[in-house]
Amino acid sequence: MQYFVQQLINGLTLGSIYGLIAIGYTMVYGIIGMINFAHGDIFMVGAFTALIVFLILGALFYSVPVVVALLIMMIVGMLLTSLYNWTIEKVAYRPLRGSFRLAPLITAIGMSIALSNFVQVTQGPRNKPIPPLVSQVYTIDGISVSLKQIIIVLVTAVLLAIFWYLVNRTALGRAQRACEQDRKMAALLGVDVDRTISITFIMGAALAAVAGTLFLMYYGVVVFSDGFVPGVKAFTAAVLGGIGSLPGAVLGGLLIGFIESMWSAYFSIDYKDVAAFSILAIVLIFLPSGILGRPEVEKV
Amino acid sequence: MAVTVSPERDVVATPVQRAFREALYAGAIALGLFVLFIGLRTDQNISNELILVRRWGLLALVVVLTAVGRFLYVAYAQPFAASLKVADVATGLLPESMATRFFRLPYFIAAIVIAFALLVLAGSLDGLLGPDLAGYARFLRALAIIYAVASVMFYFRSFIHAHFSALGVSALALYPVIVVLTLALYTGSVAGGFQGSLKWVDNFGIQILIYVMLAWGLNIVIGLAGLLDLGYVAFYAVGAYAYALLGTHFGLSFWILLPAAGCMAAFWGVMLGFPVLRLRGDYLAIVTLAFGEIIRLVLINWREVTNGSARISGIPKVSFFGLMSFNVSDPNYIAKVLNIATSSAYYKIFLYYLILGLCLLTAFVTIRLRRLPVGRAWEALREDEIACRSLGINTTTTKLTAFATGAMFGGFAGSFFAARQGFVSPESFVFLESAIVLAIVVLGGMGSLAGIAVAALVMIGGTEALRELDFLKRVFGPDFTPELYRMLLFGMAMVIVMLWKPRGFVGSREPTAFLKERKTVSGSFTKEGHG
Repeated sequence: MQYFVQQLINGLTLGSIYGLIAIGYTMVYGIIGMINFAHGDIFMVGAFTALIVFLILGALFYSVPVVVALLIMMIVGMLLTSLYNWTIEKVAYRPLRGSFRLAPLITAIGMSIALSNFVQVTQGPRNKPIPPLVSQVYTIDGISVSLKQIIIVLVTAVLLAIFWYLVNRTALGRAQRACEQDRKMAALLGVDVDRTISITFIMGAALAAVAGTLFLMYYGVVVFSDGFVPGVKAFTAAVLGGIGSLPGAVLGGLLIGFIESMWSAYFSIDYKDVAAFSILAIVLIFLPSGILGRPEVEKV
Repeated sequence: MAVTVSPERDVVATPVQRAFREALYAGAIALGLFVLFIGLRTDQNISNELILVRRWGLLALVVVLTAVGRFLYVAYAQPFAASLKVADVATGLLPESMATRFFRLPYFIAAIVIAFALLVLAGSLDGLLGPDLAGYARFLRALAIIYAVASVMFYFRSFIHAHFSALGVSALALYPVIVVLTLALYTGSVAGGFQGSLKWVDNFGIQILIYVMLAWGLNIVIGLAGLLDLGYVAFYAVGAYAYALLGTHFGLSFWILLPAAGCMAAFWGVMLGFPVLRLRGDYLAIVTLAFGEIIRLVLINWREVTNGSARISGIPKVSFFGLMSFNVSDPNYIAKVLNIATSSAYYKIFLYYLILGLCLLTAFVTIRLRRLPVGRAWEALREDEIACRSLGINTTTTKLTAFATGAMFGGFAGSFFAARQGFVSPESFVFLESAIVLAIVVLGGMGSLAGIAVAALVMIGGTEALRELDFLKRVFGPDFTPELYRMLLFGMAMVIVMLWKPRGFVGSREPTAFLKERKTVSGSFTKEGHG
């Protein structure tokens, strides 16, 4: 039982990170109907920005409180990563809006390749380890919970609350939901569609940057190719939860996190990704539009 | 174009003023994007801690270059491109097109003279100019040759367009012969010709043709049936491992295993096809992607069978239909049978013709299948699944045959790949490969075989050519490795080509079914990838 709860906590930690990335996928998909393949690499850029900011802080000040350091890493990461996603949208996706459906997918894959190789070229191909930021571990009743995990879950919860408020209670969120339902109608009613889409990309990137910072803090290492696997898993999570649905993305992220940690704990760690992908396939066979997704209505 | 909210600002501003503003914005954005990534570099010091290395000079250079580039684009390139579309008031004619201005007889003659002079001087270039300038001279020579060839192609463009496939196939068939003859003349000996041809036949010829074959195979699934498959590399892997395992353990010949590998890959295509039958569009995309990853992870982790990341090596070579072998130790080694000098180039040239044959088989089957009921059903499925079903087409078998046929060609390509490499490892079958093949299919204009071949030539040939730019080391210092930039440029090229030609290189389609006369239709009228 203790072992199970322990795995549940590990799964929750992983799932929070996946959920944060998955929101970026699902929001972009909901609003312009494209798979933003570069989003995984945006996450990686976020992690790298956090790493560099951490090193700058280390070089400038003798010692910085961990909380302050983490906050600065997150904020700078959010700003710069948003700038990346905003630029990519403007350069590579916007000119192709209204073109045929595979065109932005190809530019997104191209951007993903370009981003990860850009980081490889400018920062070098090796692993970048940092000393552990927080190392406290609390043991309650035989279950050990590290402070890192608590921070991850807390930050995710706070961000999701802010995010929920933004989408459901503000004019911006209303504009986003309107664009998602019918872009042309929204434009006719005075919603600035281009701006709304840009902001969607910025929000997705900001969440991915936080996920990147948390990832760096949790694993203590980042490398230029780190965008792909978490990116694919987060995308899997978004599809599993029903792509286009925001609660679905979080739910899918948590599910993928649980599946992964349970499978590595009870079966084999080598096949944890195989398990996650197989469950995706099985779920989609029975629920073709994901768990919380609205079924697609075919119109003739 | 987007409608600007305050048009008067753009009207008042001259292009140069506007360009200044845009350049400032571009510079500021570039500064934001690159300040941490180019301005600073994380490096390990002696005690293995990360330290930051400052590169403000490089950062300034990149930012200034971005701003200047944006300035030139907005101030000159954009008005110039717009002016090309405006007809002259007096004559009512459009201005001369860029291509006719670019390809002119005097330039052509100059290019020929430069190329010829530098070819004659080739041996003494290093002595005359020193190694630095000689590198530039060789680069100039390559440019001159490319320009001359392009001019000839431009001059005969209507002829080439009319006889594209015949010319293309004969050029491909003659390619190794031409390479060997040219190099033999150049080095003055036949052996030298064969030895020098290795790079050209292997790195350029075979490499490009493998991608052509993969892209043509994937074209059946995406271009014809409209099913977005992001895990095509899985079938490539199945084919490669089928040949690797059966060839090394049972010693079976390539010629038995080639069809076997194709069948196995087709079987896996059906296996994948069944669960995804009900899925549409992006759900299909993610499940195929997941399938590709599953196959790769199994290959890595099932060490007892696949040897994991340690790769399977010692895969037997292909024999010349059992008559001659390409192993030097065998009694029927080709050089012994034909009584010629020993060279490893024979095997590469043989492999070149083998993959060319496989490519042509793929193309032939694709063209013929399009005229059979099943091919018509694929295209109908791509255009409208509901209409297709209501006309009584069995969508299940139609989708499955598309998956199976596409997968079979992937399997063929895979077993060829294993035979060519001599080893297989899971690293060859990453998602990036699927993405590259998909990019080639889309960039070529989905459904157009010629366009896809051109796209493979440009994208794969272009990135391979980067390996040749060694002289850049002299410009940027010895640490500079052009190969590192290969995939960066590949990714950017994908974006740029897509923005420039969203419907691919060949944007028109030849309909297979038509009334009275065949009319070429624009690619925008065909649907794509709705699953």
